[in-house]
Amino acid sequence: MNAIEFILAGMLAAATPFLLAALGELVVERAGVLNLGVEGLMAFGAVLAFIIVHHGGGHLLGFVAAGLGSAVLSLIFAVIALGFRANQVATGLAIGILGQGLSALFGKTYESLTVKGLRKLALPWLSEIPVVGGLFIQDVVVWLSLAATFAIWAMFAYTKIGLVVRAIGENPKAAHAIGYSVITVRFAAVAFGGTMAGFAGAYAAVVYTPLWADGMIAGRGWIAIALVVFGTWLTGRIFLGACLFGAVSLMGLAAQATGLDVPSQVLASLPYLVTIIVLGVISADRRLLKLNGIASLGEPFER
Amino acid sequence: MSAFSAAFLPTLVRRERASLAATLLAPPVALAAATVVNLELYVLMGRDPVAVAYAMLLEPFLSWASFSEVLLKIGPLLLIAQGLAIGFRAKVFNIGAEGQFILGAIFASAIPVWFPQATGQWIWPVMLLLGTLGGALWASLTAFWRVRLNANEILVSLMLSLVAAQFLNYLLLGPWKDPNGFNFPQSVMFQYDAMVPILISGTRVNVSLLLTIALSIAAWIFMQKSFIGYKLQVGGLAPRAASYAGFNEGWAIWLSLLIGGCAAGLAGAAEVAGPLGQLQRSISTGYGYAAIIVAYLGGLHPIGIIVSALCMAVLYIGGDNAMVSANLPIAAVRVFQGSLLLAYLVAVAFVRYRLEWRRAAYRSQP
Amino acid sequence: MTAPLLSLRGISKSYGQIRANQGIDLDVAPQSIHAILGENGAGKSTLMKLIYGVEQPDVGTVVWDGEPLSVASPAEARRKGIGMVFQHFSLFETLTVVENIQLVVPGRKADLTQRIRTLGRDFGLEVDPLAHVHPLSVGERQRVEIIRCLMTNPKLLILDEPTSVLPPQSVDKLFDTLRRLRDGGVSILFISHKLEEIRAICDRATILRGGRVTGHVDPREYDAHDLARMMIGRDMPEPMPALPQSGGEKRLEIIGLDYQPDDPFAVPLSDISLTVRAGEILGIAGISGNGQSELAALISGEAVLPREQRDRIYMMGKDVGRLDAAARRLLGFAFVPEDRHGRGAVPEMSLVLNSLLTAHPLNLIRHGLVNKTKATAFTNACILQYDVRTPGPEAEAGALSGGNLQKFIVGRETMLSPKLLFVAQPTWGVDIGAASAIRRRLITLRNEGMAILVISEELEELFELCDSIQVLHHGTLSPPLVTQATRPEEIGRYMIGAHTASQTADRKALP
Repeated sequence: MNAIEFILAGMLAAATPFLLAALGELVVERAGVLNLGVEGLMAFGAVLAFIIVHHGGGHLLGFVAAGLGSAVLSLIFAVIALGFRANQVATGLAIGILGQGLSALFGKTYESLTVKGLRKLALPWLSEIPVVGGLFIQDVVVWLSLAATFAIWAMFAYTKIGLVVRAIGENPKAAHAIGYSVITVRFAAVAFGGTMAGFAGAYAAVVYTPLWADGMIAGRGWIAIALVVFGTWLTGRIFLGACLFGAVSLMGLAAQATGLDVPSQVLASLPYLVTIIVLGVISADRRLLKLNGIASLGEPFER
Repeated sequence: MSAFSAAFLPTLVRRERASLAATLLAPPVALAAATVVNLELYVLMGRDPVAVAYAMLLEPFLSWASFSEVLLKIGPLLLIAQGLAIGFRAKVFNIGAEGQFILGAIFASAIPVWFPQATGQWIWPVMLLLGTLGGALWASLTAFWRVRLNANEILVSLMLSLVAAQFLNYLLLGPWKDPNGFNFPQSVMFQYDAMVPILISGTRVNVSLLLTIALSIAAWIFMQKSFIGYKLQVGGLAPRAASYAGFNEGWAIWLSLLIGGCAAGLAGAAEVAGPLGQLQRSISTGYGYAAIIVAYLGGLHPIGIIVSALCMAVLYIGGDNAMVSANLPIAAVRVFQGSLLLAYLVAVAFVRYRLEWRRAAYRSQP
Repeated sequence: MTAPLLSLRGISKSYGQIRANQGIDLDVAPQSIHAILGENGAGKSTLMKLIYGVEQPDVGTVVWDGEPLSVASPAEARRKGIGMVFQHFSLFETLTVVENIQLVVPGRKADLTQRIRTLGRDFGLEVDPLAHVHPLSVGERQRVEIIRCLMTNPKLLILDEPTSVLPPQSVDKLFDTLRRLRDGGVSILFISHKLEEIRAICDRATILRGGRVTGHVDPREYDAHDLARMMIGRDMPEPMPALPQSGGEKRLEIIGLDYQPDDPFAVPLSDISLTVRAGEILGIAGISGNGQSELAALISGEAVLPREQRDRIYMMGKDVGRLDAAARRLLGFAFVPEDRHGRGAVPEMSLVLNSLLTAHPLNLIRHGLVNKTKATAFTNACILQYDVRTPGPEAEAGALSGGNLQKFIVGRETMLSPKLLFVAQPTWGVDIGAASAIRRRLITLRNEGMAILVISEELEELFELCDSIQVLHHGTLSPPLVTQATRPEEIGRYMIGAHTASQTADRKALP
């Protein structure tokens, strides 16, 4: 298998934690809320899923627990940042620290233990195409993530709920004036974001690298937040960005496999460096950010 | 939907003016609430809450030896938090102090690593200066990205912290590894002149504590009395008012980030040239992140931050104690930190708002 | 009289310590146009929000169509047949017209599009359903708002200051629409502080002052003078006469300015030219959203011109296009912006610290530190001279009423004794007493030789203040019109873009 085939085959799975978390954060930000706690929410979901799968609860239960647990944690964020109108940046950071702390605390006794991953499902015919065939051999969560991407795109493009979320993110005062409960919709969005971050963490911990290590999320939650900016709040572009980061995080392995003599720390930094560079390139287009940006992002809503 | 929330939930009502009592009460109330919640958690984990509370909250004060360790811990927390708070008040969210701290430590270590034989009293001051420079340089990347490229400083500074950690690993596993260090990821031990002089004999408390206190006073004058500090605060509270008055936004961002970077870099230098005496992988046990909490808990006010830094230092030392005596995982400290900040954010809401439980009395009579 | 459609008894509402409405009684008859008359801060908007269910009253009863009613939310109000058009529109710029309507009216997009077109034809409210809202003019946005209300088939339509955003000609068209609606069976609550309009269209009027009802009248039976007295509790202050003056030196000159803002939602400016001389007030008329904020930012220095643009903006004879706000102020420029909270003043800071914002060059800083004594003295002087009602100089700016904060900002800026003063919307949201004090002050300053530029939406205000007026429409500026030789209708034609430059250059333009 050459490097390109290797990256193509593994890209979608590597992209899935980024994608799930970023889709969640997309909905949160579209509703006008900035939740910076994604890293902690992912870590918390990861540990819950790992514990359950390790004790034989199965992957489904593991994902459910991760989704619920992270949703509960994200609701604490919602109560403080939306209910008490606290600074969203500080609240998000605090939730992040709390989530990572809880993750380390619960995961203490599971350090370096492993669980079994998920079986891959191959799409008939497509998976036999040379070079790109690997793209079509994926586990069920990857296929579901693709479906979720499509569903969220369709929600914003076609449904009333999507319209309401966009309206609240643009102008919460006006949305309130025509009778929408800004706080209720934002709570729901934050809970959705939390659930998705929990799934993302679960995927990382029990499917992608089914081995528990403290700090295993390793900045992926932050990159997911950056992905929402890269994608200029558009679902399709966020998906492409997630694939890019999936590929970048595999490049280290691919490079080592080809015997390239690069310090491993450089390869480990690669996703972070790419984030910094892409963030600079995209943000420099102020007009684009303004055009697609969320007008009320991070602002507390006061009637 | 709004009918539901109006009828069953208390509402926050904006106060006519900020409440001074709530401002002063918020940190102690938050501390008490976080303590109660966390002790509850330890009970759930099957630990003896009394033993944990004793080890975490009291033991640090009970002997001079452990209190001097608290004093030692205050240094980096206080220094970084003072720098960050200035930025936070200008709404420049530098959360990459961890990386700036690491770069400060690396820059300071360059002298003893490259010139292990050098002697003279000039070495440690120059190391502190170099560390300050290193932190500032690392922060200036974030400033450039934010001002010139319009990139979000939260994400950039955080990513740079992760890069800095990898860079430190690279140095310690590669070029700067102590050849006689049994392959441990650490540098050579620094020579005597590369160490900050001890302030209180018999302890590890060194002169940098004095420096830190002096800089805290400087921060107080800067933020509360100077015109530049005023301009930064206007930029944070009302960016459009700052632009209306002609206060340059880019300049304010550069200044905020450089102050934060200098402070964190100096703290990193003082740490390697102080209690550690060498560059190690674990030079920072999350000081850069803990300092964010210290800054908020101190109400972003230089005097408040001195008190909150003391609390956080106690928590660090107490956490170590509890790990030994009550078999509490060290991660419990992070949980405590996170919940403390959350509790504070709730408490501080009452500075501007008060709760009204009265439900809407509006019902039409038949 | 027939049974009222809507009837309020003893409605009160407080926000903190502010009692916005106290014991309001009101009856609206079916098929009538009913005015709520009152000056800024009289409690009109609060009352409408209570009727529409945006807020809930503390006490009081509402009877709707003979039934007691409790309106818990706007959605419920709409179900009962109450619709509302807001003063600051509740439209979403990034959505299309039909999407905006979908948020309120159930139905499929295609059906709604069709209904929008039909309603537009029937009531003279033409608008493209598939257009995005952000490029629409203010008048078009108002039409969208009205259509949105009409699609819920209301029995009562509330319009909050609907004419404040329209040029005189469009006001007639709006009134025509409203009459057609009334004759079709809809009652209209018409909120305004413009007396002539109310006399022109309303069947009944309820007058509010300080949160209380001060009268129920038939407005056609009273003249504007009487109505004004009921509204403000005393006679209208007399306008101050301006001394005739020959133009002095040029203090501000803009020559052929073109500007493409960074913000995609902002209005580009093209070929803007104007001159303000010492001892003269130039007014810029036009409906907000035609480039006012963009032009104001370029003059104040909050926005600077791109590098390649030279020799476009001159202040006191210097090319200032690339200078920031602070540098322009050093030349003797001062500015009162249209928004006070968060731009002209920092709401969370004390008045003393707010003085510092622009008055710091008056020796309020020593060795880089704030000289608190001098700053307090300056603030006290400003409070005293400009009659700012406040507990003291340490009060937070955000705690002041709109009018008092505006007086403070006008005071602070004029105490800098600028050579050129720029005031955007001098009396927006300001009560009549404060508004008249501010206008008098501006005329005094002009008589003393200051050059003053005023941007305002209120034509009456501009006619009272200005020596000449230019109209901003779609980012272009009309030639200057001498106020004394111009009628409001002519300004109005520029406001809707009915004039072309060539038609007028010969007659009305200044030599």
